[in-house]
Amino acid sequence: MRIELQRRPAASGVFSLVSPLLALVLTLIFGAIMFRLLGKDPGHALYSFFVEPLLEVWSLHELAIKAGPLILIAVGLSVCYRSNNWNIGAEGQFTIGAITGSILPILVPQWHSVLVLPLMLVMGAAGGALFAGIPALLKTRFNTNEILVSLMLVYIAQLFLDWLVRGPWRDPKGFNFPQSISFAPEAVLPPLLDSGRAHASILFALLAAVLVWFMMRFMLKGFEVTVLGRSERAGRFAGFSARRMVWFSMMLSGAFAGLAGISEVSGSIGHLQPSISPGYGFTAIIVAFLGRLNPLGAIASGFVLALTYLGGEAAQLSIGVSDKVTRVFQGLLLFFVLSCDTLILYRVRIIFGSGRAREAKS
Amino acid sequence: MSEARGPEAGSLLKVRSLTKYFGTFAACNGIDLSIGPGEIHALLGENGAGKSTLVKMLFGVLQPSEGRIFWDGRPVSIGSPGEARTLGIGMVFQHFSLFEALTVAENIALSLDPKIPLAKIAEEAESLSKAYGLPLDPHAHVADLSVGERQRIEIVRALLQNPKLIILDEPTSVLTPQEADKLFETLFKLKAEGRSVLYISHRLEEVQRICDRATVLRHGKVTGDCDPRQETPASLARMMVGSDVAGVHRDSTTDLGSALVQVQNLSVPARTPFSVTLKDIALEVRAGEVLAIAGVAGNGQGELFDALSGEYPVGNDEAIRLCSKAVGRTGINGRRLLGAGFVPEERHGHAAVSDMALSDNLLLSRSQSDRSLFLAGGLLSVIRHDAIRATARRICAAMDVRKSGDDPAAGSLSGGNLQKFIIGRELDRKPAVLVVNQPTWGVDAGAASRIRQALIDLARAGSAVIVISQDLDEIFEVATNIAVISEGRLSKPYPAGDLTLEKIGLLMGGIHDSTAHSGATAGGVHAH
Repeated sequence: MRIELQRRPAASGVFSLVSPLLALVLTLIFGAIMFRLLGKDPGHALYSFFVEPLLEVWSLHELAIKAGPLILIAVGLSVCYRSNNWNIGAEGQFTIGAITGSILPILVPQWHSVLVLPLMLVMGAAGGALFAGIPALLKTRFNTNEILVSLMLVYIAQLFLDWLVRGPWRDPKGFNFPQSISFAPEAVLPPLLDSGRAHASILFALLAAVLVWFMMRFMLKGFEVTVLGRSERAGRFAGFSARRMVWFSMMLSGAFAGLAGISEVSGSIGHLQPSISPGYGFTAIIVAFLGRLNPLGAIASGFVLALTYLGGEAAQLSIGVSDKVTRVFQGLLLFFVLSCDTLILYRVRIIFGSGRAREAKS
Repeated sequence: MSEARGPEAGSLLKVRSLTKYFGTFAACNGIDLSIGPGEIHALLGENGAGKSTLVKMLFGVLQPSEGRIFWDGRPVSIGSPGEARTLGIGMVFQHFSLFEALTVAENIALSLDPKIPLAKIAEEAESLSKAYGLPLDPHAHVADLSVGERQRIEIVRALLQNPKLIILDEPTSVLTPQEADKLFETLFKLKAEGRSVLYISHRLEEVQRICDRATVLRHGKVTGDCDPRQETPASLARMMVGSDVAGVHRDSTTDLGSALVQVQNLSVPARTPFSVTLKDIALEVRAGEVLAIAGVAGNGQGELFDALSGEYPVGNDEAIRLCSKAVGRTGINGRRLLGAGFVPEERHGHAAVSDMALSDNLLLSRSQSDRSLFLAGGLLSVIRHDAIRATARRICAAMDVRKSGDDPAAGSLSGGNLQKFIIGRELDRKPAVLVVNQPTWGVDAGAASRIRQALIDLARAGSAVIVISQDLDEIFEVATNIAVISEGRLSKPYPAGDLTLEKIGLLMGGIHDSTAHSGATAGGVHAH
């Protein structure tokens, strides 16, 4: 018996919808097996992981806080990946965005104005975009691989932040803790509702998703992204420039990651510190793929992945498993999403008895 | 080897009525071929004549549908390149398979028994390359080597297996004349040792210079088996391109209008090691004229198309003029706005994106030229899908494009129907200038005749049309004037009525004829 993948004549419409759901189900099944092996009751564990966080208002706020940066980054990445440019360094652009966005509240804390917050957001986005411009420059100039360059830049960004908050930007009255001064109230993104902490970052994310969806679906720019992503040669024939697309897609995704970074620091943390992200930039890659590289899909998948963060925290408390379980779930999910996507272009055929194969070999 | 020789004694390799079908199409049809020991045997033919298919069967890459192969007098079946090597057949491909980041010796080691130490391979390769006059540093990195040196690696790699027959596929197409001379010396050394060479080429002068026998293929059949030295370039050319072109029918020449395409001093350096340098191209096409550019594939057709279309603009703005405007440095959409349309050779991934809908593929080439019709919202450039779909429907009706569904993916159409759509996409704009590369490559006969008729009609309506094609029947069917491209140089144009097949064959074979009289000799080949 052998299993064969047979190419479908055309992409299957059914499976492009079913595939992410199938991936979710498979992730839950294997998650249950994992909890079983850990000696926990799978039913109870999955309940506390995926259902409990949805039952209380405060934790719904936390869900929005986690989903905001994930969706915002994933929307940018989906454009990038559709154009066949592989920005893996959103985590670094997120970090740099947080740093450049924090310049005003940290270096000129005495400036009190309504302009501070909008300027911070703009500077954060600009910082992320410029940082993503480094791999774009190296790719267009020297034909380097943007996957490696953008990934390595993540570590540079994180260590730079680490140095800043331990060195020049350390709060002089902070008892030597590695963190900056706290932002003044006008530099903080206010909560949306009185019932919890959720702030404007989720709104930025939803707005970005709708705008980018419109661009990809209805505008010539979106068409350009798709054409260049499928075939650079056809794009050149259409008069589109693959080089400019490298710049556009990298800097767009960098800007969104930078905006997510400063929003997170301003809205959720209130100061700079060595660790400002539980890996949003990397998890957003999963969000983008689970959302089928569609900005509206990223909204749904962003909430799913946000839930794995909350579930991990909840499960740590209620059933006493390590929060690394979150990572395991995210890894399982990415694995199953990518493998289920095979079913869109291929059908699986199981062939019993391999008469022909043996004949060919002899 | 075996002393018991069969009835085929005297020849190292003999092929009897070898046939290969792809579906119902016979790429090789009843080929007979015989190569003696110590013989340099030429395999001549145009592109698509069946040379590659034949060679792939000899090297075990393809299996013949019918016919037999005899090696040393005994019938053999060659199931894989490995088996071919064991028999003693070596092959040097036109496009090399080398790892640029590795050294010469490492590249050679990859094709040999992994147990042989690298130092030994390097030593052997060096001594072998010296013995055959192919100087090669085994420790050099491939990335630093010229194309000629890279070819030497392939040859040395083949020689290390001690073959009795070496097959060379268009070896000089990538070489300078000096490098080619070196290669010929090597081939004569191999011959002196009693090894045989199967030499694939379309260059008549070379074949006459070095080959003992020649087998000529056309449309999958042997059309000549001769001693090339007893032939003239003209008679070889006739065997290669045939003399059976049917149905040359043109109207009495209509009056030509003003020049819409003018190209002068167009020289473009090669972008990659495998692309061709364009040298001092000049041409002019007037309103109402179809200029056909003939030539064997890989002689600069693609590069000429890239320069004319503006996909790769050239440095000299004055080198190309469209509708009296200098456009050398203008991109493809700028040229489209002047009224030009372009149809590249490759349908999938160049002229069209296979998994996008026909309407999207319509927008692909016309987003700027039909901006006011297809886009709305000013700078936002919102796509007007309804207008585009309506136009796509009109094109499909006009060109009789058969498809399933209203707006299917381009990849779901047959080659002929997709090509009709791609040509119709440009014709629908009534372009003043149309440049088409291989308009009917891989297209069924019905679609091909419809496309050719459309090109003739466009010229008759007052446009200038350039058709780049390898298909001589097609060229004679559509052309007002014919020029031939060879090694990146374009001949002067000849009126289609004055040009004989023999003359085209000579021009395609690299015999450049500056005086425009027939009977040119090999002397003009590299004289420039």
